[in-house]
Amino acid sequence: MAAYRTIIAVAVLLAVALALPFTVPTYYVQFASKVLIMGILAMALNLVVGFGGLVSLCHAAFFGLGGYALALATPKYDPASFFVSFPFAVGSAALAALIIGALALRTRGVYFIMVTLAFGEMLFFLFHDTAIAGGSDGTFINYKPEVAIAGTMLLDLDRPLVFYFAVLTCLLATIALLTMLVRSPFGHALAAARDNERRARSLGFPIFRLRLTAFVISGAIAGVAGYLAAAQFGYVAPQMLGWHLSATVLVMVLIGGLRSVAGPLIGAFVLLGLEEVLKTATEYWKLIEGLVVIAIVLALPDGMRHLLIAAFGPANDDTPTVTSVAEAKHV
Amino acid sequence: MSEAGHSQTVSLQAISLSKHFGGLSAVADVSLDVHSDEIHAVIGPNGAGKSTLINLLSGDMQASAGAIMLDGRNVTRLAAERRAGAGMGRSYQKTTIFQQSSVYQNVRLAAQAHSKAPLRMFGSAMSDVAVNDAAHAALVRTGLASRAAMPANKLSHGEQRQLEIAMVLATGPRIILLDEPLAGMGLQEARRIVDLIASLREGHAVLLVEHDMDAVFELADRLTVMQDGRVIASGLPGEVRTDPAVRAAYLGAHGGADGGAA
Repeated sequence: MAAYRTIIAVAVLLAVALALPFTVPTYYVQFASKVLIMGILAMALNLVVGFGGLVSLCHAAFFGLGGYALALATPKYDPASFFVSFPFAVGSAALAALIIGALALRTRGVYFIMVTLAFGEMLFFLFHDTAIAGGSDGTFINYKPEVAIAGTMLLDLDRPLVFYFAVLTCLLATIALLTMLVRSPFGHALAAARDNERRARSLGFPIFRLRLTAFVISGAIAGVAGYLAAAQFGYVAPQMLGWHLSATVLVMVLIGGLRSVAGPLIGAFVLLGLEEVLKTATEYWKLIEGLVVIAIVLALPDGMRHLLIAAFGPANDDTPTVTSVAEAKHV
Repeated sequence: MSEAGHSQTVSLQAISLSKHFGGLSAVADVSLDVHSDEIHAVIGPNGAGKSTLINLLSGDMQASAGAIMLDGRNVTRLAAERRAGAGMGRSYQKTTIFQQSSVYQNVRLAAQAHSKAPLRMFGSAMSDVAVNDAAHAALVRTGLASRAAMPANKLSHGEQRQLEIAMVLATGPRIILLDEPLAGMGLQEARRIVDLIASLREGHAVLLVEHDMDAVFELADRLTVMQDGRVIASGLPGEVRTDPAVRAAYLGAHGGADGGAA
């Protein structure tokens, strides 16, 4: 049974994810953390791209804001409190998404892409051309955030193993949140607006509010990813906010497939894994990477997920977008 | 049926409604009202402005001038989704459905839009009993129950037209705007939909734009005839049928009131 197979696949993946840090060198634990963080960012982007039908080119800005919020909240010689800096980071990203979304969502299609690109670049230059947090040089975060209550340290994020599990927890929480959203009436209404805006409107769905809500949630999760990335590398720079990263994450979404919650995570793994392998093999790795990405997109227009389906047969995935089994059962 | 039987509650009222596209006046100074428990048909030759009128009333287009009153409340500047929320439902002349989704999902979405928590962010959208019941009832009423699991784009043209109406019904509207519901339907399907529209009279205010004259004269309690964006006649079907202006301008051109639409 297909549903059975999905459960097994998820269980195996989870077991691998849990066992990984105990079986590979620290370097790869850190690499895995990086993949999971970019996976969170790509899944966040896919809420608006895949489920909302809105191609945003400013999600790196929300990611970068999350990172910069941690940098600004961290004193030079002390760690920042997680319980202060984390809400600050997520709140900053969400607020930026609210403002940018409220303006950009008045446009459609390619204009929406252009407007989000413009806002993303505005934030990039805000941090690049002013003295905020080191200007174009960026700034170091000397201490990882401290997860402590009343002076008792709960988690030591300086240890790669602990950090990895913290990231894995965030990833699972993101998957759970997004899955809940896309299956809910909200998610169905969002997909309806994507499929036929005119009809969705005449049925009475408030399209603007729907999309803005999705955009803000997506931006907030991107902020979580940025916070984790800044904590991992101990460094933020304006490039974190730039369109180049936005486009890279979009490629991850395309590779992973637009119609599932966790697909973009596969995209992040494929793209970063490819980069890691090619980097050690040749100095022209970017050229090869580009060719491979083009080949993947040409061969699999609907994303890597279809490769898995082609390889293992159709699985009962968690795509709650349109036709699901439940509705067929109802009648 | 007859005018004597009406409770004279005006549900929807257009007052001197106009719509200009550049120099072209698609709808000019149109006033009409639709009462609850009646079917008000709007007829006229192609290009008379009937679809534009429906688009103005539903909020798909904004009026250039004039006012629209819904239950005595001015909704002229209200967005389409707010008018839908206030009890207005419409069908489209050009089939406007969620093509990739199943038939059931189409009507379920329509019912969801008018449920207690249309945008709830948790719990499965598929498990709301009230929504499922409303969706199922709409499918049964339009004769699509056996097609529920089928993707909407696999339906025949006539069935897609039925789905249009099923989606309107699933929203539970008080005011229904139907833009050529019979267009492209086979005889049997059309018969079913004519009976369905007749059954909607009770409890609804129905505005019907339709080319099929047999259906119009069978269904309409009142008639408004448009030509070149203007109202040229309005009244009971019997009166309109014998109106010299109408005979000359529209019906006469096709060889009498009983002639079909060209």
